[in-house]
Amino acid sequence: MSKLEKFLRGRFAAALVAVLVGFAVSAVVLAAAGYDPIGSFAALFNGAFGKPKYIANVIIKATPILLTGVSVAFAFKTGLFNIGAEGQYIIGATLATIVGVKLSLPMPLQVPIVLAAGILGGAALGAFVGWLKAHFGIHEVITSIMCNWIAFYLCNYVVMSDTFHKPNSTSALQVNSSSYTMILGNWKKSAAGKEALAGVPWLREILLKTDLNYGFIIAVLVAILISLVLTRTKLGYELRAVGFNRDAARFSGISVERNIVLSMLIAGAISGLAGALTITGISPHTITLLAAMESYGFNGMSVAFIAASSPIGCIPASILFASLIYGGMSVQQVMGAPSDIINIMIGTIVFFTALPGVTPMLADMIARKRRNEEDMKVSKDGTPLPKKEA
Amino acid sequence: MEASPEYAVQMHGILKTFGAFTALDRVDLDVKKQTVHAILGENGAGKTTLMNILYGLYQADEGDIFMGGEKVSITNPTEAIKHGIGMVHQHFMLVENFTVTENIILGDEVCGAAGVLDMARARKQVMELVEEYGFDVDPDAKIQDITVGMQQRVEILKALYRGAEVLILDEPTAVLTPQEIEKLIEIMHDLIAKGKTIIIITHKLREIMQSADECSIIRRGVYMGTVDVHQTNETELASKMVGRNVNLTVEKTPAHPGDVVLSIRDLTVKDDRGIEQVRGLNLDIHAGEIVGIAGIDGNGQQELVDAITNIVKAESGSIKVNGEEIANTTPRNTFLKKVATIPSDRHRWGLVLPFTVSENTALERHADDEFGAGLTLDYDKMREYTTKLIKEFDIRPAGSEDERMSGLSGGNQQKAIIARMVTSSPNLLIAFQPTRGLDVGAIEFVHKTLIAERDRGAAILLISFELDEVMDVSDTIAVIYHGQITGTFAQGTVDENQLGLLMAGGEIQ
Repeated sequence: MSKLEKFLRGRFAAALVAVLVGFAVSAVVLAAAGYDPIGSFAALFNGAFGKPKYIANVIIKATPILLTGVSVAFAFKTGLFNIGAEGQYIIGATLATIVGVKLSLPMPLQVPIVLAAGILGGAALGAFVGWLKAHFGIHEVITSIMCNWIAFYLCNYVVMSDTFHKPNSTSALQVNSSSYTMILGNWKKSAAGKEALAGVPWLREILLKTDLNYGFIIAVLVAILISLVLTRTKLGYELRAVGFNRDAARFSGISVERNIVLSMLIAGAISGLAGALTITGISPHTITLLAAMESYGFNGMSVAFIAASSPIGCIPASILFASLIYGGMSVQQVMGAPSDIINIMIGTIVFFTALPGVTPMLADMIARKRRNEEDMKVSKDGTPLPKKEA
Repeated sequence: MEASPEYAVQMHGILKTFGAFTALDRVDLDVKKQTVHAILGENGAGKTTLMNILYGLYQADEGDIFMGGEKVSITNPTEAIKHGIGMVHQHFMLVENFTVTENIILGDEVCGAAGVLDMARARKQVMELVEEYGFDVDPDAKIQDITVGMQQRVEILKALYRGAEVLILDEPTAVLTPQEIEKLIEIMHDLIAKGKTIIIITHKLREIMQSADECSIIRRGVYMGTVDVHQTNETELASKMVGRNVNLTVEKTPAHPGDVVLSIRDLTVKDDRGIEQVRGLNLDIHAGEIVGIAGIDGNGQQELVDAITNIVKAESGSIKVNGEEIANTTPRNTFLKKVATIPSDRHRWGLVLPFTVSENTALERHADDEFGAGLTLDYDKMREYTTKLIKEFDIRPAGSEDERMSGLSGGNQQKAIIARMVTSSPNLLIAFQPTRGLDVGAIEFVHKTLIAERDRGAAILLISFELDEVMDVSDTIAVIYHGQITGTFAQGTVDENQLGLLMAGGEIQ
């Protein structure tokens, strides 16, 4: 395999080409709308990475979409389309809130239990979709969309219920503070902490002005874990076999039904964790009345596609996506461009992630050409390959 | 060769490339008028491409076509038809719920005033054709109600109706019973007598010997020459086609059958539409014995295999392997009872094409501790194991452990499946259409492997739609018709005409 071929076959090339073309086209869009593309991109970059605080916020924004991205990518690797990451995220957040409000244990117990509640909620919703598919053949996209709305209204029901509603607000009650997962959450607000931080302005800015939390570290670990499951375990092998060719998998003794349910269960659990980590990690540490979907799940789909369904690839993809969203707000302020233009720009970049098919196709062409040249060498002089007697 | 009126079709220096791939490298073809001319070549040699160029489906990059000594240009099938060329494709192009007449006139309808379809006149024209050529076809029957052999005759009539002088038949015998093949050969000779010219594309040597006058051979897109069929034999044709000597006869010693391994009693299986396809079938296979199932596609073969492998549920009856009931368990259980199956559709059932060769050969075994204990899977061990198989079974290219399975040729994919199935030392090996789409060399390998497995002591169930294969390889031949075994014969005690009769539901006197 030539170097060029290898590079083109890599996921990295595919994503890179997609993002570059996306930027190029969105530059045209910006120019057409009367905004200087170079200035806009500068504002975007500055808004995302210009200050330590901004970087911290990008990481915070990247956390849930990294997890929902891994959730979608994982399901996709096993032949399923988890459009239900949104609903699983909402259920995860809702259950984490319910448990976090009702339970008041010491932090080392409280945090795992609150997170587990979210994971279980997402897993249950995902498994339900998988079960419907495995046993009744109902397509997961249909049931996932339905489940998204069930989760949506369940969340609103909990927010407005007598038990959980916070008076005079559109939110539910906050979870107990022992559920919080901010980095140095208690120390940074104490007198000693404030004093210590005063000498380190950048750290002070990150810790005090943002909700920087452990979520991203957990999400990265989950991405690595899922990648290992897919490539180093019997479970991952079976899940992928089912995803690629259900009939051949069944023929070789793999239980297709069990694997479909398991796949959606795991995908749901990851999205559920994303919801729970939002509750424990960032204010207001509770769920609020939803008027529309928050798109954490849908953005996860974009992340998974940018990453070409690689769980590890979701890490840079989520950072990219989060920086577009967060940095995009600066473009609005600096350039005066309306948010619609920013969204078109983000949309254009995501749109061009449909390109990952193109670069491997180029590599295929190179490979085919080389193979044929080798074949021709053989047939031209008429001597066939030496064949061993079987 | 000069262009001459003696020849119905001449194609000179035909070059056709697809991207960087040269499908035809300056191929010549000279077909004398009123002859049957066979084009012989392995799968992918370029024979169908050449005919598609003649029929105007493709355009050659270089080269000329002459008809009756005159240079012609054919850029689409309409022009080919205008020049009197007709083509019958391997897969028929008929509307199932139309009548024979409707199918024949489709696209060239007989119309009265104001474009109203004149069915009476159309029917009369079709009747005239049927009588002229002595075809046994009912013009009012629907396609779905007539046999495959008749459907093929309808295809030929379609071409004749459009005034074809040169008929191209693409693999015409692939779907026919021996009786139907005989009838087809008769029809071909009849057409020649009436002044037509026939080109047949095939890789079946015996039919060339029976039906053709001349035979042109193409190997990997290169023209290898034309031979007079009356002056050659099958072995010579085979070695010209493949480029090396091939052993066409299956060599084996007499079988030494042992105990019963597979015992099927009163098995009934429905297909996915709920129709009974296997109807009270009984079958015994002993260790060290190859039982071949002869039958026409669609007589319950697929459902029989699906039931043994537990892909579908059996309605009733029992399937015992070494005395243990396996019906209505799981595919995994079938494997654990040491039953291995070479499936008929390797891409659908046999392989996970996007998986690597190494991942594919581990299927079934991945669940055992062989490739890693507990939850983990040791890809290095899988690779080592695959390297061994690649060597042992000569899977090409060597060193393809980490290549995707989809990159291997059909013959090597089949070898990979056979390697995977045989290394488990099965008690029962089911081979369903094991040589489908393979070339002569690969077929030889498959047959040798089946016989070697038999000699090791395995019971072999061979199911094939190629009657020659069943007759050559099996120790015992069982005929399946309408979901039942309608006759069982020791090899050599039955000829192909008798089998053909049984396969079509008849009886032997």
